[in-house]
Amino acid sequence: MKIRHNDNQEKIELQMTPMIDIVFQLLIFFIMTFKIAVPEGDFNINMPISAPSEGVPPLDEVPPIRVRLTANASGELIDIRVNDATSYGTNFEGLRNFVIKYVGHETGPSSARESGEVELVCDYGLHYQHVIDAVTHCSGTLDEDNNTVQLMKKIKFSPPKKKAT
Amino acid sequence: MKIKKKQTDQTEADLTPMIDMVFQLIAFFMLVITFNDNEQHEKIVLPKSETVRPTEKSDEVPLVIHLTKEGRAIFGGREVEVDDMANRLRNHIDVKGEETRRLPVIIRGHRHAETGKVQDLIKICQDQGLEKFALRAKAKVRNQGATGD
Repeated sequence: MKIRHNDNQEKIELQMTPMIDIVFQLLIFFIMTFKIAVPEGDFNINMPISAPSEGVPPLDEVPPIRVRLTANASGELIDIRVNDATSYGTNFEGLRNFVIKYVGHETGPSSARESGEVELVCDYGLHYQHVIDAVTHCSGTLDEDNNTVQLMKKIKFSPPKKKAT
Repeated sequence: MKIKKKQTDQTEADLTPMIDMVFQLIAFFMLVITFNDNEQHEKIVLPKSETVRPTEKSDEVPLVIHLTKEGRAIFGGREVEVDDMANRLRNHIDVKGEETRRLPVIIRGHRHAETGKVQDLIKICQDQGLEKFALRAKAKVRNQGATGD
């Protein structure tokens, strides 16, 4: 039997141009919309509506740690003062060490880290970054493995003061 | 004279490696793209924190209020004075229903915003019956440097 060699078979060429066009358009779209997403997180703050009335707190209530953040005219932090006594300058690590000592090693619902409270008293013009720094250093610390260890759970703001004119 | 026609070979570029690369790039961008940036705003540069951890996704959609460096609030895409937020929130609650009051309020303040404005904002929200508040911050890698711009 004679086998016919079909040598004259035409090579089918795929049209690549439209596909490349579309692919490049897609690529440009993704490049333009690409945003490096920095992880964000929240600090819960304890702000009940029924603000505690000023005056003598009940006997069984542990008074909160008062952290006073003082700002200069341009909003930069100039002083961190705890319980109107100890000043840490602008060193937030000092504040954190104070909180670590305060909470101790106890854990559980009745421990200081769960039941204790930090009250932030801030100057009106203070830059918000410093407040977050204070919340960061009061609420947690990092261990060797970069895991967050919780310190004070409850953090609140003192009632806002009107801007000094 | 007989002119010899030069037989020109049509050179074909090999597109395969380029297409491979382009597809790889597209696959990469498709995987890393995030469209859910409704909560973000280009005017807001969040403060950084080393202990903040990414929030877990929950079913309830929080109320997100941005606070610009100039001390103006952005809520629902509209920029208003902080003092006008009471009306905006009241309208929002009227439209969305009373259960809105149970939703958490996420405050995305600019890192150089005045703290007093943040407190004013919280007070206004409290006056509208909102109780749960969270301050949003950007995660910072330890030893990255303090607060460089």
